[in-house]
Amino acid sequence: MLSETCSAPVHSAAASPPPEAVLTVVHVEKSFGDNHVLRDFSLVLHRGENVVVLGKSGSGKSVLIKCIIGLLLPDAGRITVLGQDVATLSHAALDQLRTKVGFLFQSNALYDSMTVRENLLFPLRRHWLAHSPAEEDQLVRQALEDVGLAHTAGLLPAELSGGMRKRIALARTLILRPDIILYDEPTTGLDPVTAREIDHLIREVQRKYGTSALIISHDLNCVRLTADRVALLVDGRCYAEGTYEQLRDRPDPVSHEFFA
Amino acid sequence: MPHPTILASTGALTHFAGRFFREVVRPRYEVQEWLYQCYVVGYQSLPLVGSTAFIMGLVLTLRLRPTMVQFGAESWIPTMVGLTIIREMGPIITALMVAGKVSSNIGAELGSMRVTEQIDSMEVSGTNPFKYLVVTRVLATTLMLPVLTIVADAISLYASYLGVNMQGVTTLALFSHNILGRLNFSDITAAVVKTFCFGFAIGLIGCYKGYYADKGTEGVGQAANSAVVVSSLAVFILDLLAVQVCLVLGIA
Repeated sequence: MLSETCSAPVHSAAASPPPEAVLTVVHVEKSFGDNHVLRDFSLVLHRGENVVVLGKSGSGKSVLIKCIIGLLLPDAGRITVLGQDVATLSHAALDQLRTKVGFLFQSNALYDSMTVRENLLFPLRRHWLAHSPAEEDQLVRQALEDVGLAHTAGLLPAELSGGMRKRIALARTLILRPDIILYDEPTTGLDPVTAREIDHLIREVQRKYGTSALIISHDLNCVRLTADRVALLVDGRCYAEGTYEQLRDRPDPVSHEFFA
Repeated sequence: MPHPTILASTGALTHFAGRFFREVVRPRYEVQEWLYQCYVVGYQSLPLVGSTAFIMGLVLTLRLRPTMVQFGAESWIPTMVGLTIIREMGPIITALMVAGKVSSNIGAELGSMRVTEQIDSMEVSGTNPFKYLVVTRVLATTLMLPVLTIVADAISLYASYLGVNMQGVTTLALFSHNILGRLNFSDITAAVVKTFCFGFAIGLIGCYKGYYADKGTEGVGQAANSAVVVSSLAVFILDLLAVQVCLVLGIA
């Protein structure tokens, strides 16, 4: 069953204008051989909004997020990010678009041969976004302060705990001041306390910088604390969509399975 | 997934090489990373290559001497050692040392970056990982191996000079004259040209194995291991081809 609410705007019925869509996923399909991972999946992300895609492990959440960022090409359907169709962009245009879209990997993907400071400087220098060493220092310091790890600039990723690595990965994403952040399982593998800290940090980033976020997760606490809206990914489709409470209170067995 | 056949692997490697030639001419040029890789491949390999070359020159001279004395051809030792080192032993030993040290290092490094999503991370941060990681490393090995070989040849010949003087007396001037008198310019150019090819093969195979590593940490180990094995084998095959080409062109 495909819920009628899927991909529909969630703003209230009041007279306010509809919020701007910064990311749209329209009827996207993706298969690997006979394994149909995404089937007719649709979703809209609005400016300043946090949307969580909730699904079981192996349900295609990471495939979806990799299609959005252009690491995988969908077999069918259309993905637009900040008004640009990802599939039709040249390499240069895609690289330019990626400066506005942060991606927090599940494994953090910090460059382990570089210090924390060098990790943060890498995307900055690739796009010539800092014009002087002083400006670089200021941006690195600001990004590290945002995640509460200002003292770690000289450390290597191997010297950090799991939660610290996650924060540094987020700082590396934030340093480019993206409009959209894609979080791939941001709390997986973390203890409950650290996971809650990361959840609060996600909210804080949203409040401070007004970023939109698409969060892939199967962690209900993460969903509850970070989501303005939740989309249930079941059998490759957007099964249902709504606030955490709306989906939790749905009587159907599929939704109940997630929130039980 | 079944193991790819040798033909399929060769095809994939050729495709990888084609991508290298396409990417190497396109901007943006990663000069800083390339210089760093030249430092890693060239300067950091110098102690290993230098000590190997020294031992090779010394041992070759000491082992050759009794036979040459037996035939009353003691004065030919510098010429024989010089030609052997400059034409064959210098390039081959240096290439094998670099294959063992650098190719495995590249295979493990890129393999580890692949399985921990660092290569994907580079791509989503707007960096072409092929250009940044592969092109710089292949260019570095291609350009540094000839330099290392020339240094290794010089060290090896000096070790040979010491070897000759351990059981006899000769001057450095006479030793050098004996070598240079029998050496053609084509001996040096042929040796240098083939070291470019060795360096290219070592870098390319190391990068290919690492760039397409999978299966987690096991895959990283396999990438490092097969990078050494395949690049060492490639060095011998290329050397055989070089010998044939030299014979056809009448160089040797």
